[in-house]
Amino acid sequence: MSQNDHAVTANDQHVHRDDIGSKMGMWLFLFTELLLFGGMFLIYAVYRFQHTELFKLAALELDTAVGTLNTIILLTSSLTVALAITALQKGNKFLSILNLVITIVFALTFMVNKFFEWSVKFSHGIYPGSEDLTSKQNGEILFFGLYYVMTGLHGLHVVIGVALLTYVLVLIIKNKITSENFIKLENSGLYWHLVDLIWIFLFPLFYLIH
Amino acid sequence: MSNGTVAATEKNFYEEGTSRHKGILGWLLSTDHKRIGLMYLVTIASFFIVGVIIGVFMRLELIAPGPTIMEAQTYNTLFTLHGVIMIFLFIIPGLPAIFGNFFLPLQLGAKDVAFPRLNLLSYWIYLIGAFLVLLSLVLPGGPIDTGWTFYIPYSVRSTTNVSLAIFAAFVLGFSSILTGLNFITTVHRLRAPGMTFFRMPLFVWSTYATAWIQVIATPVIGITILLVIIERAFGVGIFDPALGGDPILFQHLFWIYSHPAVYIMILPAMGVVSEIIPTFARRTIFGYKAIAMSSLAIAFVGYLVWAHHMFTSGISDTARWIFSLLTFIVALPSGVKVFNWVATLYKGSIDPKPPFLWVMNFIVLFSIGGLTGLVVGSLSTDIHLHDTYFVVAHFHYVMFGGTGTIFFAALYYWFPKMFGKSYNIKLANVGVALFFIAFNMLYFPKFILGYMGMPRRYFDYLPEFQSLQLVSTIGSWLMLITMIIVFGNLIHSLFKGKKSHSNPWGGVTLEWHTSSPPPLENFHEIPTVNHEPYDFSQLKEMDYESK
Repeated sequence: MSQNDHAVTANDQHVHRDDIGSKMGMWLFLFTELLLFGGMFLIYAVYRFQHTELFKLAALELDTAVGTLNTIILLTSSLTVALAITALQKGNKFLSILNLVITIVFALTFMVNKFFEWSVKFSHGIYPGSEDLTSKQNGEILFFGLYYVMTGLHGLHVVIGVALLTYVLVLIIKNKITSENFIKLENSGLYWHLVDLIWIFLFPLFYLIH
Repeated sequence: MSNGTVAATEKNFYEEGTSRHKGILGWLLSTDHKRIGLMYLVTIASFFIVGVIIGVFMRLELIAPGPTIMEAQTYNTLFTLHGVIMIFLFIIPGLPAIFGNFFLPLQLGAKDVAFPRLNLLSYWIYLIGAFLVLLSLVLPGGPIDTGWTFYIPYSVRSTTNVSLAIFAAFVLGFSSILTGLNFITTVHRLRAPGMTFFRMPLFVWSTYATAWIQVIATPVIGITILLVIIERAFGVGIFDPALGGDPILFQHLFWIYSHPAVYIMILPAMGVVSEIIPTFARRTIFGYKAIAMSSLAIAFVGYLVWAHHMFTSGISDTARWIFSLLTFIVALPSGVKVFNWVATLYKGSIDPKPPFLWVMNFIVLFSIGGLTGLVVGSLSTDIHLHDTYFVVAHFHYVMFGGTGTIFFAALYYWFPKMFGKSYNIKLANVGVALFFIAFNMLYFPKFILGYMGMPRRYFDYLPEFQSLQLVSTIGSWLMLITMIIVFGNLIHSLFKGKKSHSNPWGGVTLEWHTSSPPPLENFHEIPTVNHEPYDFSQLKEMDYESK
């Protein structure tokens, strides 16, 4: 090793750059995210087992069309973020930015749909602690409790994803992320795929089994 | 490893930082793993002292039956705080964050951890978590009184600041996860040339296993805490039987994290023991691979024993005997370690310096703690002893007698390396001896009290328990004096101590190949490793002269 120069410079991060290490760290982080949701899926499994029929009944209340639309939106956004990475790797900055913007627009559309979906539920009097909900049977109360907690937690991750993608978008525009050094974009893409992946499990569990 | 040494004229990490700032900001904004380790040391040791003082007040209250110096509600908040501070602010982050941060890169022959800025972030997140704990004490509503386990349904019903206090635990968990993933990546990516996995020092192995538990287990407590907060805020019903929920499910989720967390606490301590014993026996460790693999075995099996905390909670008999069996199995790798440590001493050239004496303390106290763990791990005896002082005594022997003792062992072992100063050996020996006496006075009576039926967390007790409670309280005063001696010796040496040799004990792992204190990026040149970790024939190459 010839780098025994201890001078402190702003470029230190580049001296210590390790793309494989960064990706490894990101995968480990995604692993913790899976386990976070894993706790919820465990609870879902227990209560679904205890209240099989009521879960099916409660699921009828959800709008499969909106759910399907959101699934398509999120799956496509996963494609566009992957395209953004490939575009940048091939040196096409404009296409990368375009795809990233599309991804962010898709993500925001998802949240808008989610907002209307929740509002409709609220106007039907279905929200935690409401009279309409507490007068239902236990299994249905739990179904909607889990629905709000799990899709809410997922929604929070979508918001964090948007913030992350916006941050890397700015970095690409400022040429801080380039075709030579794109690990931040790649890691953000991985995070976005995770958000997508979790939705792929949430969608059938809540919308399709009835 | 001949090229790992540093010229004496080079600046050490106190004199040269990573940021342009000087003074306090040069520390708070430093990404140097050594400075971050020392910041953790100062913060965590401060919280430890707070926890000790709370403990002394609890013991003082229990000196006689009935109210002595405080009301029952105050006592409830004190034992909760004692638990929260000792568990979440001291013992879980303790060894990995202080000594892992400082010595993992040094022992691997790396310049720093894999993500230095993330490392600083995790320290800041720790500070925020600690601040939230303190905030929950002073806000209206009053300090949390649920016990550190936050059991449902009381944690939902209690009107104290439960949400804020457990959110603090969530934040602290985040810090723990970031430290864990940083260490795993460091071990995989930043080993010096020639440092194969089976040439890594055992402290690295145990910290690596710990890091995996931090990454795998901590998210589960995260989601559990979030659910309790949501339950308090919105009444969703996930843990509320009136709405179909199941409170036992909370206990499962809580212990799915909190039992592996026990191994987050003890594994790094076992790693430190595996460092100290070879150094002071001048002999390579017996059963290197068995010790390394037993760390991974503990990490793995430790994940599958959580329900032994719930034998009396109303789970099925099948579940109970399976978890009891698994509990006995997880004791095996710990036994493997103890036997290997003792076998290392056989025919060794033992030099009973203070770090070694702390380790001897550890082996005795931890063995008592471990064996009584089997008593409460057996179904029939647990029915009698569950939620009594016996359990309190058991986990204090394992946690304080185990990890706490090794916290001091590590401090006394690595103090010359961290600060470049030497301390008073005689006073240190007195500290070790006093610790052993005080510890057993303080906690051994609790085994007997628990066996006699004294329940844990009680403010009041029957008159027949008084003599043993008194012994225990006197033990707590002696412990306080011991702490003053143990910390006082180090703090005094920090300012007045003589300059230490760079390798005062004759250790051979990589941290002893650099100067004390080490320079900013640890080694003048990244060393090349061509020895087993505990090969003491290196001492000749290292120009080590024993006194």
